[in-house]
Amino acid sequence: MTTHPQMYEGIFNKSTIRFLAVLIVVALAVPLLNALDSSNPLHVTTYTMTLMGKYLCYALLAVAVDLVWGYLGILSLGHAAFFALGGYAMGMYLMRQIGDRGVYGDPLLPDFMVFLNWQELPWFWHGFDQFWFAALMIVLVPGLLAFVFGWLAFRSRVTGVYLSIITQALTYALLLAFFRNEMGFGGNNGLTDFKDILGFDLQSDATRMALYVASAVALGLGYIACRMIVTSRLGRVAVAIRDAEARTRFIGYKVENVKLFIFVVSAVLAGVAGALYVPQVGIINPSEFSPLNSIELVVWVALGGRATLYGAVVGAVAVNYAKTYLTAAMPEIWLFSLGAMFVLVTLFLPKGVMGILQRERPDNDDSDGNNLDNGNDLDNSGVKA
Amino acid sequence: MNLKKLMLAAAIAGSMSAGSVMADEDTIKVGVLHSLSGTMAISETTLKDTMLMLIDEQNKKGGLLGKKLEAVVVDPASNWPLFAEKARELIEKKDVDAVFGCWTSVSRKSVLPVFEELDSLLFYPVQYEGEESSKNVFYTGAAPNQQAIPAVDYLMDQGVKRWVLAGTDYVYPRTTNKILEAYLKAKGVPESDIMINYTPFGHSDWQSIVSDIKKFGSKGKKTAVVSTINGDANVPFYKELGNQGISADEIPVVAFSVGEEELSGIDTKPLVGHLAAWNYFMSVESDVNDEFIEAWHAFIKDEDRVTNDPMEAHYIGFNMWVEAVKKAGTTDPSVVGDALIGVAVPNLTGGYSAMMPNHHITKPVLIGEIQDDGQFETVWKTSGLVPGDAWSDFLPGSKDLISDWRAPLSCGNYNVKTSKCSGQNY
Amino acid sequence: MCTPGLMAPKGAILFPFSGSGGLQMLLRVLWVSLLLLSAVATTGFARADSFEQGLEQLKSKDFSHIEQGIAAIASSQHANTELVLNLLLNGELYRLKKTDELVVVQGKQDKKLIIVNLFDDSGESAQTVSKRKIKKVRINNSIRASLKAALASLKLSSPDVEQRQQAVSQLMGKLTPELYQTLSQRLDIERDNSVQELIEVALAVTDLNSTDSDSAEQQTAVATLSDSLQPAARNALAQFVETTDDAILKSQASKGLRSIDEKRKWAGHAETLFFGLSLGSVLVLAAIGLAITFGVMGVINMAHGELIMLGAYTTYVVQLLMPDNIALSILVSIPAAFLVSAFVGILIERGVIRFLYGRPLETLLATFGISLILQQAVRSIFSPLNRSVATPEFMSGVIEINPVLSLTLNRLYIIAFCLIVFALLFMLLRYTRLGIEVRAVAQNRAMARAMGVRSEWVDAMTFGLGSGIAGVAGVALSQLTNVGPNLGQAYIIDSFMVVVFGGVGNLWGTLVAGLSLGVANKIMEPWAGAVLAKILVLVFIILFIQKRPRGLFPQKGRSAEG
Repeated sequence: MTTHPQMYEGIFNKSTIRFLAVLIVVALAVPLLNALDSSNPLHVTTYTMTLMGKYLCYALLAVAVDLVWGYLGILSLGHAAFFALGGYAMGMYLMRQIGDRGVYGDPLLPDFMVFLNWQELPWFWHGFDQFWFAALMIVLVPGLLAFVFGWLAFRSRVTGVYLSIITQALTYALLLAFFRNEMGFGGNNGLTDFKDILGFDLQSDATRMALYVASAVALGLGYIACRMIVTSRLGRVAVAIRDAEARTRFIGYKVENVKLFIFVVSAVLAGVAGALYVPQVGIINPSEFSPLNSIELVVWVALGGRATLYGAVVGAVAVNYAKTYLTAAMPEIWLFSLGAMFVLVTLFLPKGVMGILQRERPDNDDSDGNNLDNGNDLDNSGVKA
Repeated sequence: MNLKKLMLAAAIAGSMSAGSVMADEDTIKVGVLHSLSGTMAISETTLKDTMLMLIDEQNKKGGLLGKKLEAVVVDPASNWPLFAEKARELIEKKDVDAVFGCWTSVSRKSVLPVFEELDSLLFYPVQYEGEESSKNVFYTGAAPNQQAIPAVDYLMDQGVKRWVLAGTDYVYPRTTNKILEAYLKAKGVPESDIMINYTPFGHSDWQSIVSDIKKFGSKGKKTAVVSTINGDANVPFYKELGNQGISADEIPVVAFSVGEEELSGIDTKPLVGHLAAWNYFMSVESDVNDEFIEAWHAFIKDEDRVTNDPMEAHYIGFNMWVEAVKKAGTTDPSVVGDALIGVAVPNLTGGYSAMMPNHHITKPVLIGEIQDDGQFETVWKTSGLVPGDAWSDFLPGSKDLISDWRAPLSCGNYNVKTSKCSGQNY
Repeated sequence: MCTPGLMAPKGAILFPFSGSGGLQMLLRVLWVSLLLLSAVATTGFARADSFEQGLEQLKSKDFSHIEQGIAAIASSQHANTELVLNLLLNGELYRLKKTDELVVVQGKQDKKLIIVNLFDDSGESAQTVSKRKIKKVRINNSIRASLKAALASLKLSSPDVEQRQQAVSQLMGKLTPELYQTLSQRLDIERDNSVQELIEVALAVTDLNSTDSDSAEQQTAVATLSDSLQPAARNALAQFVETTDDAILKSQASKGLRSIDEKRKWAGHAETLFFGLSLGSVLVLAAIGLAITFGVMGVINMAHGELIMLGAYTTYVVQLLMPDNIALSILVSIPAAFLVSAFVGILIERGVIRFLYGRPLETLLATFGISLILQQAVRSIFSPLNRSVATPEFMSGVIEINPVLSLTLNRLYIIAFCLIVFALLFMLLRYTRLGIEVRAVAQNRAMARAMGVRSEWVDAMTFGLGSGIAGVAGVALSQLTNVGPNLGQAYIIDSFMVVVFGGVGNLWGTLVAGLSLGVANKIMEPWAGAVLAKILVLVFIILFIQKRPRGLFPQKGRSAEG
């Protein structure tokens, strides 16, 4: 992408630098505190560290959603699909790493294939014993799906709710497909019982620490990448598309290409988030594709504040922390609190939690814009042609 | 600055609450890991209440080792990764000595590595597909040989020649049906007399499938349906059976996932005579059962609530744990885990169930017919207790595996052919 | 043989029910007088004995004893045979644990039961006991089957045509030589055509594969069976084709089989279409409320499913309030559910959504929160367990078009119900003042306001209308599926698909989309399986939207994007 020299200030603006500073502190402090002796009052348990690692993955996913929703105006209700696909690619690598240490001791086949009488490894499982191949797939599979889907949808000028609902159909179809045991992805149980990654024991604190730091680094890099996109000329065009798609098209921009590029980048980021998530939680299964998950994602972003990127991070962390806390503190009625939180934030904080703090931000003055149905008559006439 | 403060505050709040365990040293903590919201809440909430009742009763009896028991309840919200997170929270943060929980196989699979890593104990109360034996998990529900195979034997006895194996598409029905298919073929049932059908979770439109079953059953040979249909999909399935007028004496349906609790959500009049295979029915006549039902009604303050098989499994599991703790004199999970093997406690059908070296238990198998009041009437019962088999003899991958967690072998999946014990996590 | 009178029960066993011919009549009189003269003293008592003995055996816990007991009762020809067999079949015969007497339950008092001894019509022996003091006489499926067979042979001479039909169908393919005899005599006196045909088929089924039949008999049997769609007829033919050596008969039978299969194939197609339409009408019902709130108002109402759920729970509550009149309760539920859901809908609109107009995406967030709250509220109030909603008498059962095609009544009602709801809604939007205002506000809020439309009021009414219809859908769904906290979630995604596929803001689109998706799903299901069929439908929707980015019936003009 082309970045204008003056834009560098834009990428690392105040909020970004602040965000990165906090991220670096969190990324370094937690593992250091974890390494302390457990009797030390400042000790952070491994439980807390993995939990925060999980939040960081969610945060990266939320940033990916914010990129397409906040800056491009595409409300994707299927982003969890890309996350889950990245997760499955990683999960398949981790399954192959088990080797003959499965309960049946089969050197090649994962356990779930053995007891369902599979005779040989399905073709799409080949290659996943190599980390580089898995890493490639983590990027390629979500990216490719986003490319094909986006290419079809954007070229046909499917917009607004129609686009939202077919992204939902996409993730729903994938959910059902991955549930099928014939697919060879472990059905409802998914992939689990992972042993090690790159030769390191997944249950050791050191590996967990490394995964945690990796998640923080991925979030940082993903964040910077998104900043680069949104501050570039491409990003400006994206915002223009968000606010007036037909006008942008008539000015002469290739709207489809811009949309497609950003959509694919976002899908790849989601895939990476999924890949880092799986070894930390120890399971990937089809429920990650659930349409409700995707809706929840959007809720995180909306709660934190759209079109700010850091708002997405705050939203993801806040909602998930609330979930962790409430499910233990008030297991019987926590849904009331969570539901009420969503309602109240929408009513009283229209720009999300970050809306309170962001008087200084210039580029999101229109973040409550009604992109889903911005009255855009020209666009509509274009469709009928 | 504001932003930074907020982020820091969040981070600190996170680590604070994680670090500060409200440790009350005077109690023994028991974790309850059942979904109270989401799709599984319908089944699991009852088990949470059962655990609270059992713990309450034990405290009334004076607690355990001179201490009171304290239940720690969390809600994994039918979300499988959350199960693993909550399991870790219970063990690491809340310091529980044993956990009673999980319903679906996937939730068990999700928490299994956590229990093995942190060496704690999980009591799993639901019938499942077998093919597992973990050092840290005690399976108090039925293995396939304690439910599916006796049920098929009974139906064969009743002259059934054609079989429909209908299930929800996930691992329990898949495995059970694989086992049953192999078993039926071994008994000489030709392939053409077996129809296998899988449906997605929560399937609600059963018209075509029920009509297919009807056609399959109208070929002149006595036909039965073996149903491993899960949870929510059962109600519309049974309603459709009733609608299309399939009566139990023509095509009986024997189910492994439908108990008193599920029936309480259905009008059972059209279903009289359909079957279920369990290790316990509420209608069983025994003194312990009467006491249990009475205690349950008193605890839940509702005379109409039913009891079911997984509740009995928790009853057995909890009492086994109590006995083992008494035997070991400590609640240390690694010691209690060893002490559990061989412990026998009364079950609710009037006999004793014992924990076996493979971490499964011995149970009687009962076949019951649905009555119009939503209860089951036992029509058949195994003469003795059936020991749970972790590894099925009817699956090629697992027929050579045995499980024995006692000292010299100490292996959940020992291959007798290769003399190898593979894939242990501890 | 339950013809009233003295001689019928006695004559029957020795001389299976006779016809109207004079000779037979004479013979019968002869037999009866013979009986009266000699046999009655011994055999009559013996039969009474076997009835009593049978009753005694019913008290056993062993199924084989009970089965023997039933056999004894069935063959006793006692006047009360049918009564006892029916009680057994319906599970209404109990044993008083203490005295080991057979009793029946007469009524309920508080939580206790009022019981009387069997055959005590006077009610002298009535007493009140608790549930646990009595035990049902146990039967199992094989006993149930023999009870039905025994009752069927008793019902062969019932005055009711339907009962006779049922009886013959019940016995089809299970004829003992005695029953065969009875049936062929019945054929002579049977006046009703449909029963005659059934009997002919039943006899032919036995004739065809009997070793006693000669080829002429078999030929008639093949001809009879080839015209019948009874499953037993097809099975008999198929078995005959496999076993017979007679080439001519074999080819005739195969021809018959082919013609039956052809008819069955068409019946199968009709059935699939019916299943598809009924699935489709469920989809339409679930989606049509959303077509209003989402399609007309542009509110992405994630709580729509929960409004359906509230309707289903309303049905449950109404049924609790009037447990003795299930049929009426369902009818009362329809307006009740409408009001409850509409009320909650208006609350949501007034409390939350009205602050969010112009920010439609935020409605997604807020209503998602509301859906969580409603789910949990139901869980707290009604417990997380499913609730049981009974199906009224008039909705259960089937309409049998022919033996291989029967339409389930409740599905027919739901299709009809769906069409009625659609028609009412359509007319409401089209012809009433409210409808015009709703459309005006949807098309151009500012202009409508300028014309004096109270847009706030219209918003509330519109949302209430959409929500109320969701509640009505809940009543229908309570007859088909679980009434539980997860009911709404199961339908929300499908509802959005239907609305979008049909074209947002177009009621006809929702109707056509729902029905066609239902039919498509059912056509694919037999060969693709339920899961794959659903996936294919979803992929189809995705691809279809590429072709027509505004759904089946796109809105036209300026309001299209609004």
